[in-house]
Amino acid sequence: MKPFRSISNLLATATLWLLSSLLSTTALAEETIKVGILHSLSGTMAISETTLKDTMLMLIEEQNKKGGLLGKKLEAVVVDPGSNWPLFAEKARELLQKNKVAAIFGCWTSVSRKSVLPVLEELNGLLFYPVQYEGEESSKNVFYTGAAPNQQAIPAVDYLMNDLGVKRWVLAGTDYVYPRTTNKILEAYLKSKGVKDKDIMINYTPFGHSDWQSIVADIKKFGTAGKKTAVVSTINGDANVPFYKELGNQGITADKLPVVAFSVGEEELSGIDTKPLVGHLAAWNYFMSVDTKENAEFIKKWHEFIKNPKRVTNDPMEAHYIGFNMWVKAVQKAGTTDTDAVAKAMIGIEFPNLTGGVAKMNKAHHLSKPVLIGEIQDDGQFQTVWQTKGLVDGDAWSDFLPESKVITADWTPPINCGNYNTKTKKCSGQKY
Amino acid sequence: MSKRNNNPMLPCWEKPLLLLASGLWVLALLLAGLAPARADALADALNPLPTVAMADMEQAIGKLAQVQDPRVGGVLKALLEARLFYVKESKRVVFADPKDDGFKLTDALTGEALGEVGRFDVKKIPITNALRTVLNSAIAKLELTAPDAKQRLKAVESIIQNPNPEALALLTKQVGQEPDNTVREAIQVALALSDLSGSDKTLRVQAIHALEGNLNQEVRNRLTALQEKTETGDFIEPDSDIRNLAAVALKKIQLKLEMNHLGEMLFFGLSLGAVLVLAAIGLAITFGVMGVINMAHGELMMIGAYTTYVVQLLMPNAIDYSLFVAIPAAFVITGLVGIGIERGIIRFLYGRPLETLLATFGLSLVLQQLVRSIFSPLNRSVSTPSWMSGSLEINSALSLTLNRFYIILFSLLVFWGLLMILKKTRLGLEVRAVAQNRAMAKAMGIRTDWVDAMTFGLGSGIAGVAGVALSQLTNVGPNLGQAYIVDSFMVVVFGGVGNLWGTLVGGLTLGVADKILEPYVGTVLAKILMLIFIILFIQKRPRGLFPQKGRAAEG
Repeated sequence: MKPFRSISNLLATATLWLLSSLLSTTALAEETIKVGILHSLSGTMAISETTLKDTMLMLIEEQNKKGGLLGKKLEAVVVDPGSNWPLFAEKARELLQKNKVAAIFGCWTSVSRKSVLPVLEELNGLLFYPVQYEGEESSKNVFYTGAAPNQQAIPAVDYLMNDLGVKRWVLAGTDYVYPRTTNKILEAYLKSKGVKDKDIMINYTPFGHSDWQSIVADIKKFGTAGKKTAVVSTINGDANVPFYKELGNQGITADKLPVVAFSVGEEELSGIDTKPLVGHLAAWNYFMSVDTKENAEFIKKWHEFIKNPKRVTNDPMEAHYIGFNMWVKAVQKAGTTDTDAVAKAMIGIEFPNLTGGVAKMNKAHHLSKPVLIGEIQDDGQFQTVWQTKGLVDGDAWSDFLPESKVITADWTPPINCGNYNTKTKKCSGQKY
Repeated sequence: MSKRNNNPMLPCWEKPLLLLASGLWVLALLLAGLAPARADALADALNPLPTVAMADMEQAIGKLAQVQDPRVGGVLKALLEARLFYVKESKRVVFADPKDDGFKLTDALTGEALGEVGRFDVKKIPITNALRTVLNSAIAKLELTAPDAKQRLKAVESIIQNPNPEALALLTKQVGQEPDNTVREAIQVALALSDLSGSDKTLRVQAIHALEGNLNQEVRNRLTALQEKTETGDFIEPDSDIRNLAAVALKKIQLKLEMNHLGEMLFFGLSLGAVLVLAAIGLAITFGVMGVINMAHGELMMIGAYTTYVVQLLMPNAIDYSLFVAIPAAFVITGLVGIGIERGIIRFLYGRPLETLLATFGLSLVLQQLVRSIFSPLNRSVSTPSWMSGSLEINSALSLTLNRFYIILFSLLVFWGLLMILKKTRLGLEVRAVAQNRAMAKAMGIRTDWVDAMTFGLGSGIAGVAGVALSQLTNVGPNLGQAYIVDSFMVVVFGGVGNLWGTLVGGLTLGVADKILEPYVGTVLAKILMLIFIILFIQKRPRGLFPQKGRAAEG
């Protein structure tokens, strides 16, 4: 009997040990709140998204220094979807189901966001999306902290039209959903302002396009026909460098034919020889060069965190900064990290922008932000040449497209809908 | 500004008198008369610049341009080129040239060297596009009398684009004494354009005749404007003679333009083709001659491009010569990497194309991630040497961009060099021997594995050299290779495997065809059509444009 007893003893201790270790891990898990970071660290988009991962780590570290959230420490869970759109959905599922994160901060391209959406709605997760995008979307589970078209594209066109007297328009973009939708909105907007068809040229190019000769030659021909012309560029990421180089080589300078870009920020410029770009424009809600106390502090913290005083800050980083701090405030207000409670608390939360003014989360899950237009300088920074008076409220559904004009998003009762048709008084309930 | 109001030199009794005259401009005139005697007029105009508000900048620049002083041109140019800074503490206006991590300063007024300062001690005087236009026309006026004919031509062209009566008056004076032919012609165009907008009919007719066949964009716009109708359907230009004459002139211009357009398209096509040839020619060796499907070929180009970046880092003060160092460096480095790949991986996989494909594809991912870890995932900035930027102007409607032009030449040179190596050297002979009949070559005493390694090294080295060229056209980043690998295979297969001439002709044909299609169907569709065309072509001629014949074809 003796050996048996010892075995049962052993078993008992083993079970006890196992149980206790299990208990201790659950206890540990309860001590932290997990925050998911869903940004590509490899592949095409790594160029832009790696920085955002670092930004989130910095913000989380900072919040932990302040004592965490609800008395618990925050814990970052970093996954790498590798610029692979379906993988974004899988990784989001992993974050929500396996890691049980309270919120996800992530995505860059619209297609990655669209692929994550069904997972978020199914598992009722929260996503903070920090990049300017094409609008025409509002999900209960997503907070859009980047610019909607009316916070970037429309004001930029207004500036060109009113301040620079532009009469002819080239809408050049990369061939995917963001440029296509934005250009559709812009075309409708320009036409509503009396611009004729023959004064609008639309051109799409594939991702990473590098041979711009004939397109730039066409733009040059189009642009030198007597009327002041501007290029509105939704060309994405990499393709911009050869585009601007070609512009420079063909002798198109900013004072003759300005290009206003929606996807070129400080980070993208840091990999470019900026000489041929000087004077071209970009529209954002944030520039690193903006001179405010908050911004100076943010830049200082960033440089300390990343241990490289030459690194730049950019608009999506500010979006994460605002989004994260709003989430923190909302969790504190709700007293829990439960998705529904936090989502409800988020609406109306305010947090100061880095560029002045106070961002407010509106009922459509978009922010109010100032819109800045800057000229590229030879040091890769922007010099603000124009900005909106006050803040612009993000509009999920564009007012310039006939089909989305009648639709609004309002996530407060009684409407509680992301695509409410104000005419038929119905929520289409469309899922993405 | 404040100086002007409290001028100590103004006797007090004069004040009521001036008030009586009640013209502020009188004060200004008086001061303008006094200024040269009292102080430096340029200093007066220059010193307020650091404190002027952005909205008043245009006025300030206008004032600066009015100052009669030989130094004004230099100051305006420095402002345009973003070289005009001020010292934060003293508000002294200086020329600043970047030096190491700071700036080397020169006083804008005295030209005195002020030594070097850190980059946070000085601040640039900011300008905007609107101001750039003002500056350009101010500089144009000053440069009309410059000794260099090129500068004068630029000045006249700038006036053609933004004509104003003051500048035109200067031109009328200038036209008689202009020694340079091209400049004189440009001036005549400018004057003819101004005549055209006048009211004297004979002058206008003369002007149209003078402008016939002129390719200047502004001329075309003005002549087109004469044909336009108002909203109600009436012609804007009431005189039908003028209208008809202008239409005839315009037609002639259009014809000439068409010809130029054709030339331009051909150039674009050839330059795209040249890039394709450069990217594919290394592959033509490894894939064509050795039969190795090397998916990491693009990454070898990427290594070549990064070599350029590193070379430029090492010689920051001699960017203009960096490419001459980068080309051999890239050849050697990627060549060695290629030999390493052959000895380490491919050697074990000969005769198993699928495994080779997978192994090299894996290798390409490894190389990409390696670059990401070493150089960061961000694109690296490679500067273009000054002799490669800008364009070669054939006439005012046709100009060839210099970087493309050199790359066409370079790709032909690389092709010729490679051909010579294969035809004239012992290595070339052995390579051809091994490619044709490995067993027999071995029997003849050729060390086939040495030849394999060298051939692969040669193909890889060429890829590296192509990478140097690509660094001048596109992004230097971890994804550089991926963008070109498919195109490279396309060219080699289209041209005929194992035939260098096929690669050259194939690459150039695809380039030109792509550029001919592009204006009609757009970039995206043009690419798709090219792919469909190649698929159909390969169906018809499976061995490409220049198939190998005879016994070699069996290998």
